[in-house]
Parts: sequence; structure tokens; C-alpha cells
Amino acid sequence: MSLESIMYLRFEGIIALIIFLLLVLKLNDADDRVPQFMNGINILLLVNFLIGLFPMVDGTLFNNFFQTTELIVLQKNILNFGVLLISFTSTTWLSGNKNRIEFYILLLSSLLGAFVMLSSGHVLMLYLGLEMSTIPVAALANFNKTQRNSSEAAIKLILSSAFSSGILLFGISLLYGAVGNLSFDHIIAVIQPNPLTLYAFTFILAGFAFKMSIVPFHLWTADVYEGSPVGVTNYLSVISKGSVIFVFISVLYVLFGALKQAWLLEITILSVLSMTIGNLFAMRQQNVKRLLAFSSISQVGFVLVGIAGASQAGTTASIYFVLIYLLSNIASFGVIGAISDATGKENLSSYKGLYKSNPFLALVFALSLFSLAGIPPTAGFFGKLFLLTSGMGSGLYILLAIAAANLVLSLYNYLRVVKTMFIDQAEETIEPIQRNWPLTAALIICVIGLLIIGFIPSVYQYIDSLSFGIYLK
Amino acid sequence: MEHVPLAHVLILSTILFFLGIYGFFSRRNLITMLMSIELILNSVNINFVAFNKYVYPHQLEGVFFTLFIITIAAAEVSISIAIIINLYRRFNTIDIEDTKNMKF
Repeated sequence: MSLESIMYLRFEGIIALIIFLLLVLKLNDADDRVPQFMNGINILLLVNFLIGLFPMVDGTLFNNFFQTTELIVLQKNILNFGVLLISFTSTTWLSGNKNRIEFYILLLSSLLGAFVMLSSGHVLMLYLGLEMSTIPVAALANFNKTQRNSSEAAIKLILSSAFSSGILLFGISLLYGAVGNLSFDHIIAVIQPNPLTLYAFTFILAGFAFKMSIVPFHLWTADVYEGSPVGVTNYLSVISKGSVIFVFISVLYVLFGALKQAWLLEITILSVLSMTIGNLFAMRQQNVKRLLAFSSISQVGFVLVGIAGASQAGTTASIYFVLIYLLSNIASFGVIGAISDATGKENLSSYKGLYKSNPFLALVFALSLFSLAGIPPTAGFFGKLFLLTSGMGSGLYILLAIAAANLVLSLYNYLRVVKTMFIDQAEETIEPIQRNWPLTAALIICVIGLLIIGFIPSVYQYIDSLSFGIYLK
Repeated sequence: MEHVPLAHVLILSTILFFLGIYGFFSRRNLITMLMSIELILNSVNINFVAFNKYVYPHQLEGVFFTLFIITIAAAEVSISIAIIINLYRRFNTIDIEDTKNMKF
């Protein structure tokens, strides 16, 4: 292998190296003997993120099975950044855990799978990456081995993900029957809208919808989010979902670009269902993690509005929105995790009077919720704005009207939490919580990101310069 | 011996696929649900091999895909069984109806 090809595999290589290093450390029980172990891991992930920022030339490897472009590098950097922040926010939880090396090994294996999936140039690689990124997460969901909810979440996650990949594979096998060779270049060249490809596409869409938890394939989401440890919920809602959204855009626009007339209506219906049902179910939730699970379902509905635009703006707006969604969700789950570690409380009613006892956490949580709701000074507003603008490109005005109505519904959900924290009086409030520096740093980075990303036009312009619209030969 | 037409093989695999889906939704035992998923994956394997043999006999891509599917299915099942064993220790049952701490 030449030096050049090693450079193409830079992201994957570093992650694999870190995994091997952790395996060796686990053999020596190093984490018991080194008190600053968590800081070491955080620094490793920081170095990994910084190395990822170096520019990389485009290229393909292994007979086009593996490809890398500037857009894929950007997506990998976003995911790396998310994992770094998640590691920061989980530090308190993992400090006392004796299996923390396994946590990182599984987490990074899943990230490696997401990278393989993003770089795939062949449906086989896409499938392998997808499985590689979901199977370790099921083990992670069971990380609190002594808790019943954790086991229940894990079994629900693994069964629904295995079932959905079965459906996805059935679609792939029919696609193979239709086109004869599953490399992306070949599929783009020969795909035609005929009954067999449409049949295949429906199954593939259903498989992806399961992974992104789009209504009506969302039923596993709330239980898995509630039962898993907070750090894992954070990973599931941000990295797993984000990486599948990235891949879904390229599958839809590049592979199935010729079928646009067929999928536009399906995407519209799924988008309306996700937004509406996600928001309506979020209204009656009492557990904060469940509430954010339904909120994440409705956020994916908004991403689908942008994707339905089916143009360069659709890609840009979706990636831009995922970046902002990542910051807001990591901040909110960071706060939930800090409270859950200190007190074990995850119910909304126990958050009463949080502002009086923990003003910093309450303010960060409120800001991230404002961003999820799309209130102007925060970046979430710009994310939603670009998504809706992109959706206008297809002239789907009914969809846009429903999306606008859903913005109001979601505002109710998020403001309910804010009201509980700031206005409601409580007999017993949560005690002031000691924060360690990684958590504070992660929360501050998220807040700064949420406040300034919307006002830096070059972020959007940079993503836009790399994006692609619907690809027609 | 008569040549079996492609349509027959595809009908077989489709029946197997929907049997798997039916089993997944109707069975309440976790191990049986896993077996249903295996049925789905095997119907996919039949599809790949049939398309490869009948429609594209000059290359082997479908057969290779099948090998990967079998491998991944094994990994998936091993993780699932590990989770089920842990679940059994917590709940003393592997019936999905009894493992519902979390509800709407």
C-alpha cells in the first residue's frame, strides 16, 4: 500500500489505532492504576479531532469501494467533534465505572462503522458500515448491566435494528436483481424508474427510516432513549442519527436521483407524520429523556422537509442543521446527564426550581431548548430557516405550512421544560451540583457554537460549496 | 431434470420473507423473534443467489454479498443472545410481554 492510500484512510486508521491502544490498556488494567485516565482519553479524542481537521485530497481506494471527498471529510469531522463533546460530558458518569475502557472501545467501533458507511462507494460497504455502527451501540445501551431498563432498551434496540437491516437487505437484493452490479457508479448509470426498482426502493427507504426513527418506524426510539445511560442516549440521538442522515442524503440524491418523482411524495408524507406525531407525543411525556426522544423524531421530520427540496440547498441545509442539532442535543443531554449522575432524577417534575439552585445548568439547558425550537438569536433558527427555504424549492407549499404549524407545537414542548425550570416553585429542589472541567468546557463550547454559528455566513457558504444536488446522468 | 424458473425461486424467497415478518410480529419469545429475523436474512440470501445464477451468471457479486450477510447475521445473533442472557438475569423471563418497565 502506498503512502497516499494510507492518507485516504486517515480517519479510520486513527480510530482503529486508538481502539487497539485501549484494548492493550484494558489487558493491563491501566485505568485502575492511573488516576487521570479519563483526562488521557479526552486528550486522545481531542488529538484525533485535530488531526481530522487537516485538509485531504479527494480519491478512491479498493476499486472504488472506498471513496473520500471534501464533503465526506467535513461530515467525519462533525462526527468526530460530536464524539469528543460526548466524551467530555460523560466524564463524571464514567469516572467511577470500572468498565469504562469497554465503553470507549464500543463507542469508537461504532464511530469507525459510521466512517466506513460515509465513505462507501459500493452498497456492500454501505451495509457493512451500517451494521458496524449499530451493533456496538446495542451493547452500549446495556451498559448499566444491573438495571432492568437498560436491558430492556438494549433488547429493543438490537431487535429493531436487526429487523430493519433485514428489510433494507431485502430491498438491496431486489436492487441487485434490477441493476446487476451494486457499485454506486454502475447503479447511477443504469437505474431506471421501473416496478422492480421502485419495489426495491420502498424496502430500502423503510430500512433507513427505521435507523433514523422516522414515523411510522419510530416505536423503538422512546424506550431505548429512556432506558440507556445518558451518554449512550446522547450518542444515539446525535452521532448514530446524524451519520445515517448524511448517508441517506447521498443514497437518495445520488443512487435514486432518477426516481425523484416517485420518492418526493413518500418523503413528504413521512416528513409530515414525523413532525406531527413527534410533537404531539412529546406533549404528554413526564420523563425528560423521553421528551427529547420525541423531539428528535420531530427534528428528523424537519430534516426531511429540507431533503424534499432535492437540490444543492437540500444537502447544505440538512448538514448545517445536523451540525446545530448536534450542539443543542449534546448540551441538553449533558445537563440531563449531570443531574442524573448527581441525583438519579430524570423526571420533569424534579427539575422544578433548577434555576435557583443551578443557574448555569438551567441557562445552558434553556438555551439549547430554544435552539431546538428555533428561536431567532440561536443557531437553531437559521437551521430551520434554511431547511424550509430548501423545501420551497420543490414547491411543496402544503408541507411548508404543516412544518410552520409544527414549529408552534414544538415551541410548546420546549417552553414547558423552560417554565418548569425557571418559574415553577418546588418544596425540594435539586442541590447545587459540582461540575468538573470537561463538562463545563463541553457545555460552554456548545453554547458559544449555538450563539455564533448563525451569524457566521462562511459556515453555510463552506458547506454549500461542497454540496451536491440531485444527480442526473 | 426440468429447469426451475426464476419466478418460482423469487416467490419462495418472498414467502419466506413475509413469514419472517409475521413471526417477528406475532411471536412473544425473544429467541423465536431472533429466529424470525434469521428467516428474513435467509430469504435475502436466496434472492441474491437466485439473481446471480439466473440473471447475471458471468460474475459472483451476489454470492459474495451472501457470505457477508451470513457473517454479519452471526455477529448480530451473538450480541442479541448476550443481551437476552443479561435480560433473563434481570427479569427471570424471555417473554417480551413481561419485559415492559417503560411504557407510553
